Amino acid sequence: MNRKKLIELRGITKSFDGEVVLDNISLDIYEDEFITLLGPSGCGKTTTLRIIGGFETPDSGDVIFDGARINDTPPYKRHINTVFQRYALFPHLNVYENIAFGLRVARIRDEEEISRRVREMLEMVNLKGFERRHVTTLSGGQQQRVAIARALINKPRVLLLDEPLGALDLKLRKDMQNELKSMQKRTGITFIYVTHDQEEALSMSDTVVVMNNGSIMQIGTPTDIYNEPKNAYVADFIGESNIVDGVMIDDYSVKMSGHTFVCVDAGFGKNTPVDVVVRPEDVDVVAPESGMLRGKVTSVTFKGVHYEVIVDIGGFKWMIQTTDYVAPDAEIGVDIEPDAIHIMNKSEYSGMFGDYSSFSDELDALSENTEEEED
Amino acid sequence: MKILSRLYLILVFIFLYAPIAVMVLISFNSSESTTQFSGFSLYWYREMLRDSATLEALRNTLVLSISSAVVSTVVGTLAAVGIDRMRNRFMRGAVMSVTNIPMMNPDIVTGISLMLLFVFVGTLLGLESYLSFWTLLIAHVTFNLPYVILSVLPKLKQMDKNIPEAALDLGCTPLRSFFKVELPFIMPGVVTGFIMAFTLSFDDFVISNFTSGSSFETLTIHIYSMIKKSVKPDIYALSTLIFAAVLLLLVVYNMSDRSERDDARGKKRRELRFRGKEGGAAK
Repeated sequence: MNRKKLIELRGITKSFDGEVVLDNISLDIYEDEFITLLGPSGCGKTTTLRIIGGFETPDSGDVIFDGARINDTPPYKRHINTVFQRYALFPHLNVYENIAFGLRVARIRDEEEISRRVREMLEMVNLKGFERRHVTTLSGGQQQRVAIARALINKPRVLLLDEPLGALDLKLRKDMQNELKSMQKRTGITFIYVTHDQEEALSMSDTVVVMNNGSIMQIGTPTDIYNEPKNAYVADFIGESNIVDGVMIDDYSVKMSGHTFVCVDAGFGKNTPVDVVVRPEDVDVVAPESGMLRGKVTSVTFKGVHYEVIVDIGGFKWMIQTTDYVAPDAEIGVDIEPDAIHIMNKSEYSGMFGDYSSFSDELDALSENTEEEED
Repeated sequence: MKILSRLYLILVFIFLYAPIAVMVLISFNSSESTTQFSGFSLYWYREMLRDSATLEALRNTLVLSISSAVVSTVVGTLAAVGIDRMRNRFMRGAVMSVTNIPMMNPDIVTGISLMLLFVFVGTLLGLESYLSFWTLLIAHVTFNLPYVILSVLPKLKQMDKNIPEAALDLGCTPLRSFFKVELPFIMPGVVTGFIMAFTLSFDDFVISNFTSGSSFETLTIHIYSMIKKSVKPDIYALSTLIFAAVLLLLVVYNMSDRSERDDARGKKRRELRFRGKEGGAAK
């Protein structure tokens, strides 16, 4: 695709009180793109967004917008608008005046034009008839819509969204995800979206930027990120993964857990230690005698669509998602297709993730709660 | 038990308001006696209104308390904004202690030190009479400032820092953002600060006594000088009027406060009613 670069971040570094928040970030953002910055709390995604919005200045590096360096351009001179995490609506103004704010600041005097454009926006965010309502009387989802309408009325080139759906319940989140995506398609405005929710990132974005500890781990399309994670960190953060120690015997052949598998990756060299990623849904459960590997089921959890099965294979706990019930403590065999095996080079994250020996739903819920408290 | 607690409450109110009740009663006395009520009359009110010096003092006090309240509200609000934006916690603490000193300091110390300063500077500048309306104004602004700052600061703390950022984001310069977004948000604090400054300034005797010259007499100073001669019931009449005015101000203030609260409660009710429709609007 021949698209135009709209924003370039060049070697951005930022620290607060001596603590490095962003470490030499470089990123290209194109016109008409839905790009998501994805990462856990404190990974620097919000800071990156604030630097693009002009609320923080980088310690070093350049922010380039449409070919011009804008490091020192204040937010009110940038063609970029923001939807803030907690909406930040103006509590002393009603819905209409909140949305009209950008027009009034731009000193548009024609009340008819203001009224027309506000109505247009209200229609876009499905809030017709809410003009005279006070913003404090609105629910979270409605406030969110007002915030989006307010940010879009000045027709910015770029819309920044800082975890805009964080405070909404699941059902509303799903609806808003679809709406945001279609809004982006309709308006052709570049959306830069920040979230820690990997599912949200995968389902909405054209491009996902996975961040950790102030660095970019991987940039790619959602399918790339999911199917071809660059390292153990990305593989673990995006969806569930079994990350196993392996040795690349030769091209298209990898040995792990004592069995040599056929795979589709090549070019790693002979007898190279690697990380092998197998997604839980790609593991087939078979009879113990006929499986490539065999192991003992340690726990089974019903998840609705599938069962989540933890299997101990030679001391390593695998997660398998299967629609067929298996009994706890049963011996089972597993098969893995060649294209289900993804090979990654060893990295600093090797061995840190992808083993489900300490896995429990409780722990999962705990870590999710801490993620809610965003940076 | 219930009767006892009622009784206790009544006793407290008697304790608080008996002096004022007596003063109000005596102000309507037809004779000059403070011990015998010989009949209802408005004589002392007429007497008081005929006294041009008292009226002059009242006018002076109003001019002084309004102007000092305005100045300290403006300066105090700006100071609060500055303090709120301080990133260095130690510096902020230091500045807050310094601003709080005039509030904690005994009035008499503040009064004497201000007088000394005015005399010192006045002599240095070679002025003939250095204590005037202006010195009084400076003194009043000095002791009003911390009250304004303390009533504005919590409002600023309450404000989501993204709100002024949203205004910048939508094209406001920092100055416009302040007037269009921040000021409306902190307005209740600013108004409270203003009312507090006004009443403090209106009330003040000790500091005014040290910093006003003979050319500008406030009401409290005037009353004090009248008492030194002889206490006549026209002072009770004046005090009763002031009390009535304060009472009125308080009632109006509380009423507006309550209507604001009722408003908020109404909003919550409306919000609850609305939640049912939420799902429909989302689609």
